[in-house]
Amino acid sequence: MTTDEIQTGLAEILEEVAGILPADVSPEKSFTDDLDVDSLSMVEVVVAAEEKFDVKIPDDEVKNLRTVGDAVAYIEKHGAAA
Amino acid sequence: MNSATGSPGARILGLGHYRPSKVLTNDDIAAFVDTNDAWIRDRVGVVTRHIAADDESVVDMAVAAAGKALAAAGAEADSIDLVVTATCTLEASLPGASATIATRLGIPGPGAFDLNAACAGFCYGLTVADDAIRCGSAQRVLLIGAEKLSAWVDWTDRSTCIIFGDAAGAAVIGGSETTGIGPVVWGSDGTRAGAITIPGRDAAMHMEGQAVFRWATTTMGKVALEACRRAGVAPEDIAIVVPHQANLRIVDAIVRQLGATNAVVARDIVDSGNTSAASIPLALSRLVERGEARTGDDVLVLAFGAGLTFAGQVITCP
Ligand SMILES: CC(C)(COP(=O)(O)OP(=O)(O)OC[C@H]1O[C@@H](n2cnc3c(N)ncnc32)[C@H](O)[C@@H]1OP(=O)(O)O)[C@@H](O)C(=O)NCCC(=O)NCCS
Repeated sequence: MTTDEIQTGLAEILEEVAGILPADVSPEKSFTDDLDVDSLSMVEVVVAAEEKFDVKIPDDEVKNLRTVGDAVAYIEKHGAAA
Repeated sequence: MNSATGSPGARILGLGHYRPSKVLTNDDIAAFVDTNDAWIRDRVGVVTRHIAADDESVVDMAVAAAGKALAAAGAEADSIDLVVTATCTLEASLPGASATIATRLGIPGPGAFDLNAACAGFCYGLTVADDAIRCGSAQRVLLIGAEKLSAWVDWTDRSTCIIFGDAAGAAVIGGSETTGIGPVVWGSDGTRAGAITIPGRDAAMHMEGQAVFRWATTTMGKVALEACRRAGVAPEDIAIVVPHQANLRIVDAIVRQLGATNAVVARDIVDSGNTSAASIPLALSRLVERGEARTGDDVLVLAFGAGLTFAGQVITCP
């Protein structure tokens, strides 16, 4: 899976879970500050990402995923397709 | 040795519920802990909850709800031969509640026991009742979920006290020619026993909110789908979904994962809070009362809580 594909997949999850427009999703955006994803939506995003990208994202890791770019990089590094 | 003969099926004949008269708003809570109405609505979904009076017990609430269920079912008290109460908030550990409840309702000497599967208790009880009736151990079961959580939460802990409420809900379950309680999907995860606890007599509830949220949103959608599959009812044909009213965000996630696109979804948490084992019969009884759930509707009920435990099944609306 390419970086672009992961970002697109993540945007789909954000739209489904939190109603965020895919056009608003870019690597530098912070989940909490820019996209208004609160702590509970973040849990749902992580759970959906684990399923979609076949990756484990432990609870301790979630707080390190501040931006969309952080999440894409994590999935690229740890995902099954990596 | 002979074996008992049961009924071909079992179904709910009538429902009833009771909520204490005292209403507590989010602003009321914000007056004594650092929280606010907007946060509670957004993260949990509760706007108001009912709180029992100091001298109002779990048994008092159970009796009130059960009396209404008997009336709704058109069942005489003496037709009940088994009383099961799902609760985890009794004032004392002995005696259990069910025998006293039976006596107060004028049910003469039924089998009586309590069941503790925390918030999942009512759904466990549905299958216990179904099995008892189909195997011939009972003809008519009074199943109650009743909780006084207000007596067990720490009213200075804003991560729990905002969520819960007190209530009771009850169902009369009897034999029928057809299936009215579908196959159960139940299970537990004792590795997460520490996620929701009341560790001792004088201790208050402790909850790892985010871990519970994650577990529920990861696993309960699959349980819901499996309950539909085992019942042979497609998710889009489910008329009513009554997930345990733990948190509105969990309710929405389960319904989204289930794909019950045509269903009326119980959102009773908004004005009842999370009432643990009472939440499902309370929410369903209120949907019936408002005419939103109708006789014969396929209803998916699904509950989960401390243990961790879960159970869900498709049932027929009385
Ligand atoms: C309890 C629950 C609502 C807490 O929500 P959460 O988002 O996990 O809360 P957190 O503890 O991570 O706190 C998030 C933020 O809100 C704040 N906060 C926590 N509780 C608050 C409250 N009652 N009022 C206002 N703010 C609160 C925190 O300080 C934190 O702020 P910060 O981000 O600025 O640090 C949520 O985890 C939940 O409902 N989980 C499921 C529990 C459940 O269903 N239990 C019943 C099962 S039967």
